Amino acid sequence: MARRERPLSPHLQVYRLPRTAILSITHRMTGVALSGGILILTFWLTSATYSAECFAWAQDIMGSWIGQIVLWGVLFSLYYHLGNGIRHMIWDTGAGFDLPTVHRSDYLVIAFSIIATAATLGCVYFVIGG
Amino acid sequence: MVEFNLPANSRVTEGKTVKAGPDATNIRKFKIYRWDPDTDDLPRVDTYEVDLDRCGPMVLDGLIKIKNEMDPTLTFRRSCREGVCGSCAFNIDGTNTLACIKAIDDIKGDVKIYPLPHMPVIKDLVPDLNVPYAQLKSIEPWLQADTPAPTRERLQSPEEREKLDGLWECILCFCCQTSCPSYWWNGDRYMGPAILLQSYRWIADSRDEATGKRLDNLNDPFRLYRCHTIMNCTNTCPKHLNPGLAIAEIKKAIAARQ
Repeated sequence: MARRERPLSPHLQVYRLPRTAILSITHRMTGVALSGGILILTFWLTSATYSAECFAWAQDIMGSWIGQIVLWGVLFSLYYHLGNGIRHMIWDTGAGFDLPTVHRSDYLVIAFSIIATAATLGCVYFVIGG
Repeated sequence: MVEFNLPANSRVTEGKTVKAGPDATNIRKFKIYRWDPDTDDLPRVDTYEVDLDRCGPMVLDGLIKIKNEMDPTLTFRRSCREGVCGSCAFNIDGTNTLACIKAIDDIKGDVKIYPLPHMPVIKDLVPDLNVPYAQLKSIEPWLQADTPAPTRERLQSPEEREKLDGLWECILCFCCQTSCPSYWWNGDRYMGPAILLQSYRWIADSRDEATGKRLDNLNDPFRLYRCHTIMNCTNTCPKHLNPGLAIAEIKKAIAARQ
């Protein structure tokens, strides 16, 4: 009798990912988002090199509500990736690996990225006037 | 390779339900992954109604009760029943741990038991561990020294010995190994947290003289550096060890010698 091919046991389907894992995949996703953000930045800068009309057109796109949501998403990604990147640098020294510290730095990264994004948002809309 | 979905032959279906006897007073449902290599059926999840008033406190007690009294075909590994042998490692309630030291009371709702994740299943809760064992063999987990053996033990200072604490206690249950998404996607080339912790146990040993060779062997984009500090390993270790830290120490040792 030919041996039946063994099934693969369930993984993502059954694993309850700890917060550290959620933050880890978020780090990767924000990294991808930042690559997209670079394209947006390039689009905006190159539009200025063509003509005033072209730049105004780019400004309109960026200023639309959907454009602003995307820009805020990129900004959040920047702060998150920065904060968690610093945590990775600290980890690379071998520090902060015990679980209580890891769980504290989880919250620190989340708090930093949300507060920094909100503070920038406040600056732009209320101080500078968006 | 990253493959989020299970292959077609691994899809899990609904199985049978085995009811508790009429005199049961405190019923808890155990939902257990089953796969029989002697049939062409897909894997399934069977439900067993266990009377907790007539059962020991640990998940392993429940499994043994099911096998003894309800369904003798249920297959799983177990031995010491006190958390030192590492046989009864399963995915329980969404996390890898040892059934013998996981209390049923610590689980809310149904007790869901699957084999260690992303491994080929031999039968029911028994995974094929040949790959991690081969990986363990590849790191040569024994003391290596060129200096001639002294007439007595190779001595260590208490401080040197202390560096092995948190490493020697590993029982190779592979809870961490199979909790790691990097190991899920690249288990053929990435050593995984259990093997890397074992490797660091020898790198950190003051009596071992093969540190350079051990680091050379691990200095590879896949064997070591697929670790992205996801920390599932440290979160799940039933012995409360820290494979994430051990891997960071290996990375540090490689960086320090360059």
